[in-house]
Amino acid sequence: MDIPGSEILKSKKFTEKLIKNIKANLDAIAKKVKLMHVCGTHEHTISKYGLRSLLPEGIEIVSGPGCPVCVCPAADIDKAIELGKRKDTVITTFGDMIRVPASNISLSELKAEGSDIRIVYGPNDAVKIAKQNPNKEVIFFAIGFETTVPLIGYELKTNPPSNFSVICAHKLIPAALELLISIDRLNIDGFISPGHVATIIGLKPFELFSKSYRVPNVVAGFEPNDVLLGILMLLKQIKSKKYETINEYSRVVKSEGNEVAQNVISEVFKSTVSPWRGIGRILDGGLAIKEKYAEFDADKKFDIEINDAQDIPPGCSCHLVMTGKIYPNECKLFRKTCTPINPIGPCMVSQEGTCSIYYKYHSD
Amino acid sequence: MCLAIPGKIIEINNDEHSAIIDFDGIQQKVIVALVPGAKVGKYAIVHAGYAIELMNEKEAREAIDQWDEMSEELGLDLNDVI
Ligand code: SF4
Repeated sequence: MDIPGSEILKSKKFTEKLIKNIKANLDAIAKKVKLMHVCGTHEHTISKYGLRSLLPEGIEIVSGPGCPVCVCPAADIDKAIELGKRKDTVITTFGDMIRVPASNISLSELKAEGSDIRIVYGPNDAVKIAKQNPNKEVIFFAIGFETTVPLIGYELKTNPPSNFSVICAHKLIPAALELLISIDRLNIDGFISPGHVATIIGLKPFELFSKSYRVPNVVAGFEPNDVLLGILMLLKQIKSKKYETINEYSRVVKSEGNEVAQNVISEVFKSTVSPWRGIGRILDGGLAIKEKYAEFDADKKFDIEINDAQDIPPGCSCHLVMTGKIYPNECKLFRKTCTPINPIGPCMVSQEGTCSIYYKYHSD
Repeated sequence: MCLAIPGKIIEINNDEHSAIIDFDGIQQKVIVALVPGAKVGKYAIVHAGYAIELMNEKEAREAIDQWDEMSEELGLDLNDVI
């Protein structure tokens, strides 16, 4: 839908001006610049519109762990699979999640074997299924970053039926960014931060990076010109050595974020040490359901223990792709044994997975 | 996953905390409990069937106007881009 102001967002002339300015600023900086985004939707915009090829050579844009499906540990998927094997259960989740390979099989393979696995558009649909099936345990396999968390929180707050529960595999973006900054070899010069995560949490959590770590940060929207303007804003900061968190996406993101949604999150969830697939355990990197809502916590409701899950299949380099250390085409399985039809690692499954986006929009 | 798209609110159902939102001609029921200021005529940013933020025409214009203000500092001239 065209929102007011979309003429300028879509203007090709503006794109040309942005590119020209980006070049001029890069020349003034006189060194290579590496920027990271952490959002599958940003990668989609960058790949679809070929932004990397429009940018001068000295700018590298790497993709961070911005795909919640990809960073969901195999152990959590294994848990959903174990629960799905039970006769009285229905497993519900977002579309991308069901094809992700876990330690042995994926949820879609389990579905083919006859288990009741259903794709839902949002958590409200999962609650609806629970109401329609009072004799079944309906489990929502909840993945997603801060953008998605309040939706599930809202459903838990509004009296879901007692046969509804949640596998809580939510992850938090700022903690992951902090970890990435501390990876020495990565040398990130600036972050293109995810606009819809910031829509919920506001700018403050991102200010840590510009203030304490002196890494510039721009919260950006998702049109090509948004991303290019974001890049220009980062270069300006690198040039002037004045580091800030700038809101490029101010038509949507308020600096304080969505406080109603934040309250829902803090009412229902608490932050916790959380494993990220391919990255490892991150302090405050995820959420758990608070005691008050424990009756809806599938971990507490069902006694399931998963040992020895396999996050990265042999030969797969998702852990390197997700931390921006390599591009997908540097993985030796890319386009050979690993394709969207036959994904080996999680990054090839989701529409937001870097490997799958690369497969679609690049020919190499 | 964090994909969220704008649509225009055309009907509100306060009892259900829901609204009918028009996305380029396709109308969908959306939960608006997370955006208390939801009103007919406003734009909502919708993620997985829930509005996560609102904007009105004026705010959206102002945000773009801010680009105009920033443009000088960024060395951009926005006059002839549209
Ligand atoms: S191409 Fe396939 S195997 Fe290689 S990193 Fe990507 S998902 Fe893993």
